[in-house]
Amino acid sequence: MSTHVMAQHHPAEYQPPHHFPSARAEAEASKVGMWLFLATEVLLFAGLFCAYAAYKTLYPEIFKGAHKLLDLKWGAVNTMVLIFSSLTMALAVRAAQLGQRLNTVKFLAITWLCGAAFMGVKYIEYSHKIHVGLVPGQYYDMLGFTREFLEKFPQTPMSEVERLARGAHLFYGVYFLMTGLHGLHVLIGMGAIGWVLVRAMRGAFSPKFYFPVELVGLYWHLVDLIWIYLFPLLYLVG
Amino acid sequence: MTQLDPSSPANPEGHTPPKGGVSFYQAARGWKSWVFTLDHKRIGIMYLASVLVAFLLGGIFALLVRLELLTPGKTIMSAETYNRMFTLHGAVMVFLVIIPSIPASLGNFILPLQLGAKDVAFPRLNLLSYYLYVIGAVFAIYSMITGAVDTGWTFYTPYSALTPNSVISMTLAVFILGFSSIFTGINFIVTIHALRAPGLTFYRLPLFVWALYATALMQVLATPVLGITLLLLIAERVLKVGIFDPAMGGDPVLFQHFFWFYSHPAVYIMIVPGFGVISELIATFCKKPIFGYRAVALSSIGIAIISFLVWGHHMFTSGQSVVASMIFSFLTFLVAIPTAIKAFNWVATMYKGSIWLATPMLYALAFLWVFTIGGLTGLFLSTTATDVHLHDTYFVVAHFHYVMMGGTIFAFFGGLHYWWPKITGRMYNETLGKWSWVVTFIGFNMTFFVQFIMGAKGMPRRYYNYLPEFGPYHSFSTVGSWILGLGFFLTAYCLLSAIWKGKKAGDNPWGGTTLEWHTSSPPPLENFLTEPRVSGGPYDRT
Ligand SMILES: [Cu+2]
Repeated sequence: MSTHVMAQHHPAEYQPPHHFPSARAEAEASKVGMWLFLATEVLLFAGLFCAYAAYKTLYPEIFKGAHKLLDLKWGAVNTMVLIFSSLTMALAVRAAQLGQRLNTVKFLAITWLCGAAFMGVKYIEYSHKIHVGLVPGQYYDMLGFTREFLEKFPQTPMSEVERLARGAHLFYGVYFLMTGLHGLHVLIGMGAIGWVLVRAMRGAFSPKFYFPVELVGLYWHLVDLIWIYLFPLLYLVG
Repeated sequence: MTQLDPSSPANPEGHTPPKGGVSFYQAARGWKSWVFTLDHKRIGIMYLASVLVAFLLGGIFALLVRLELLTPGKTIMSAETYNRMFTLHGAVMVFLVIIPSIPASLGNFILPLQLGAKDVAFPRLNLLSYYLYVIGAVFAIYSMITGAVDTGWTFYTPYSALTPNSVISMTLAVFILGFSSIFTGINFIVTIHALRAPGLTFYRLPLFVWALYATALMQVLATPVLGITLLLLIAERVLKVGIFDPAMGGDPVLFQHFFWFYSHPAVYIMIVPGFGVISELIATFCKKPIFGYRAVALSSIGIAIISFLVWGHHMFTSGQSVVASMIFSFLTFLVAIPTAIKAFNWVATMYKGSIWLATPMLYALAFLWVFTIGGLTGLFLSTTATDVHLHDTYFVVAHFHYVMMGGTIFAFFGGLHYWWPKITGRMYNETLGKWSWVVTFIGFNMTFFVQFIMGAKGMPRRYYNYLPEFGPYHSFSTVGSWILGLGFFLTAYCLLSAIWKGKKAGDNPWGGTTLEWHTSSPPPLENFLTEPRVSGGPYDRT
């Protein structure tokens, strides 16, 4: 391994741990590790996607009907927020790579704020759903569903609404499990972004050592990507 | 020897790199040197100690289960307690013992040595894996104290969603243990890619490393599915979401699909590291390179791939479609191919080898015998027609104990005896080791062979009571379990007493050729005084 390439901008800076031959080897290994971890995350969600596929196939009408009570407007806003945050995350990694400390901090901060905005919107959506009883399993309120549905779609025949109301709890179960697990990942991602943000402010990164920002970036892109799938599956199933 | 490059300045004396120096035990002292250690060797030893304690616990549960079954009706405990006992036995043995046994303890210690590396790629993550294991174990113990679980280790819904026992804490325990396993897997894969010594190409890796690589792939790709399954089960209990509850439009068979999507690969997570150990033992004690090295290496990867496609063979009687059952049955038969490649190549290696029947080799032979029986009886179960008769009988119990206990645990014991001198620097008493092996082997076959017969005659598994005609089989099996327990105590005494009373083992007591035998026993803090350079195959002898 090439340990003899001397640092040109910051001499005697980052030292990799003793068991790696070079800082580059450490960065490469860490990236492989992160990709493997992302694979496990995809498989974690895969279980939920399978459950979604199974019940969507068993109860297509209920999924189509029940999804109409999700707030498409807020879902779309959140999609835009996350896509934008992926852009700022990529810019943060680029800035770190170029050794631009101020830009790194700026873009990381914007990404973190996007995550916070996403969770804020999710809070608004969740509290409305919980308020009217569109929640999973035993806490689900059939009357609440009927009231909400008729308010939004007064033309629907009563028998149709009743049929939907009886089965909609499964859809909201899947909805809360999927978005809940995803929201948890957004929070973890925000924690990770906060961690590299603090380190970036302290000037820990340099063109020779910025792989932690890159790893957090990879994780954040995956969190965004999962939402890109969740949004159409939950909000646009009609 | 693993051909060390004689022209390299790192190996000035040709094949013998400099050795000696301060061992890793002496490099640091005190409890902090263990609790906060980042050294893979210390973490491996802490894993080993924890796994052996869990093995004792799971073994006690097993002895109690067998004791209860000594006579029909109540022998020592109520039916409810019995249900808990066999569940705890299964859960402890699977999640706390067999899955971490070889990879996390022996693998942690030996893998970096065999790679010529100073440590695993992510030492902090390694320590985190260990503490996750401990936290998982604490949750499991909490569950045992607060009512335990009576669902069987498979946690099948709808019963697991309804039973009033302490299911959530046990489920969380397994969830956390799963992440411990995932992190170990990630660590090993990256280590094998990133930290091989110069010249150590993939086809020069010892077969134990290949096996750990295949195992790590399965750990990384299967365990997350178990994670989400257990989260769903918790959601089912807490929120009554209903996705596994037919009364609410859900499907309990979906749980079985999810569970076995992990748990079939999991049985290979348990056995493939054992295959790796056996390859090492046979190469060393027959003093020959493994016949068909590449085939044996790649068959581990083959098993890992097929293992993801066969989960439905646990569900032949679940109401799954006949077409699905036929496909799963066919795919399951395919597993026999890479497994047989291994078995035949091992036997071919032994042919005309100069076989040294030391204790580790005896365990390797026991493994071949027992695993062949376990493997072949698997064919009865993967055939849909015979499985309908044998499903959920003692035949299944005997089959997986021949594979899991006879296979993995015998390989684990073989590996323990083989690497004990490397780990402790001391040699155990060979005579005592051999006698312990004899007792264990007899006890094992007595306990489990009769279970094939009573299973074929229709004795269902997990039942508290049985018809009088099954009495002799059950009593015989229970007596066998006592002999087996005695064998384990002898083995434990044999190994532990070596630490205090054993002779100094020397650096390479078996004449092994892989890199771990090129450093001192116990190894120094960073494993090798100079970085080894490799220029030949793992089992080449010159
Ligand atoms: Cu299986």
